[in-house]
Amino acid sequence: MLKTRVIPTLTLRGSRLVKTCQFGPARDVGHPVKAPMVYDAQLADELIFVDMDASREGRGVERIEAAISALAGSCFMPVTAGGGIRSLEDIRLLLLAGADKVSINTAVIDDPSLIERAAERFGSQCIVIAIDVRRASDGAYDVFATGGTRQTGLLAVGWARRVAQLGAGEILLTSIDRDGTMSGYDLDLVRIVASSVDIPVIASGGAGRLPDLVDVIMVGRAAAAAAASLFHFTDISPIKAKAYMKRAGLQVR
Amino acid sequence: MEPGVTRTVAVIDYGMGNLTSVAKAFAALFAEVIVTSDPKALSNAERLVLPGVGAFGQGMDNLRRLGLVGALHREVIERRKPFLGICLGMELLARDSLEQGHHLGLGWLDATVRPLEPVGQTLKSIHIGWNDIRPRGECRLFTGLGTEPCFYFVHQYWLDCLDSDVVTATASYGRELVAAIQRENIFGVQFHPEKSQETGLALLRNFLHWQPDRGSC
Repeated sequence: MLKTRVIPTLTLRGSRLVKTCQFGPARDVGHPVKAPMVYDAQLADELIFVDMDASREGRGVERIEAAISALAGSCFMPVTAGGGIRSLEDIRLLLLAGADKVSINTAVIDDPSLIERAAERFGSQCIVIAIDVRRASDGAYDVFATGGTRQTGLLAVGWARRVAQLGAGEILLTSIDRDGTMSGYDLDLVRIVASSVDIPVIASGGAGRLPDLVDVIMVGRAAAAAAASLFHFTDISPIKAKAYMKRAGLQVR
Repeated sequence: MEPGVTRTVAVIDYGMGNLTSVAKAFAALFAEVIVTSDPKALSNAERLVLPGVGAFGQGMDNLRRLGLVGALHREVIERRKPFLGICLGMELLARDSLEQGHHLGLGWLDATVRPLEPVGQTLKSIHIGWNDIRPRGECRLFTGLGTEPCFYFVHQYWLDCLDSDVVTATASYGRELVAAIQRENIFGVQFHPEKSQETGLALLRNFLHWQPDRGSC
């Protein structure tokens, strides 16, 4: 049976890993090669590795490419790389460096045809579209680009449907409001997006306690739970998380 | 493993996706790895691996353009070297594929590649994630891996194999999917052993040390 996935997310800033709060202030959380190896040993199902400042700072994929390369001989697990991807060549370099999937956000908002072109060239299964969302005062789920700094005028469900139609393999859905707060995933957001598309949704933003991981799958209908603060700042490991999820009735590895 | 024997593995580079992880996995298992797109270099390797992620049509075009189709036939069909196709590398062994039109494959298996269909809300049209496989028979690729080892899958197409004798493992995703095949010296896996941590490395080790013998498999 297909298993529900638990995916630690690692954010790269400079030469260190950090954890942000609501895409803002950041804390240092470790070394870009040692930390992934620990997650690998703890049976994390995949890793997501993001250079979240790349778009905002106008940089390309060099940093994330170097980080992925450094991992390739020691971690034999699926890795998604993201941050600053703007072209097919960027994708090719990251896949060549050892990434299995790439996560693209700002570039496809600026040019949605990049999704189609990337899916055609590399296959949809490599293409994860990251959608960062803030909830407006009227309850609307607004999509933001460029590391959460630019309002796009797009709404989460409409944009999710469009990217799925254009050939995205998965959606990485992040609640900016919940990021780093450990107050739980935005279950309404996850559920309405997951129910509206035919591709898997990886939920991100807000995991703080073990029950959050169960709720986001059972209530949110996500295919996978991504988490960062949960693993960085508590004693919960992927092994512990999956044992809890299994006792709750979920199919985990 | 016989003492003093180093296995030489050619990981075939035909421009289709990530072969870094495949090459590094075999290197971690102490094989001597050649990553090559040169048809002549295949004759120097003791065993061959065809990895691959991406479109079937593009994969076949690249193999033809690089002169690898003939070289593969020579090394695998005629010289009977052990061969492992991974994901797209297994799909290309089929007679044909219905991915984005209709394309002919290598024709080593009596099979057609078809798109996965979504099933309700829970099973999407892409099979991504870890799934259990059920080995059939005594295939030595799965020796020591337990009754239902779990591997990482990421694909949108499946192998509709008409010859059930070559199917050595299945996985459940809406239907029973072919997870692995073996036809004498030719092995194929739909999943990614190089992404399946310890279980995957163990399978690759089994491939590395597989020798044909008088028995089955």
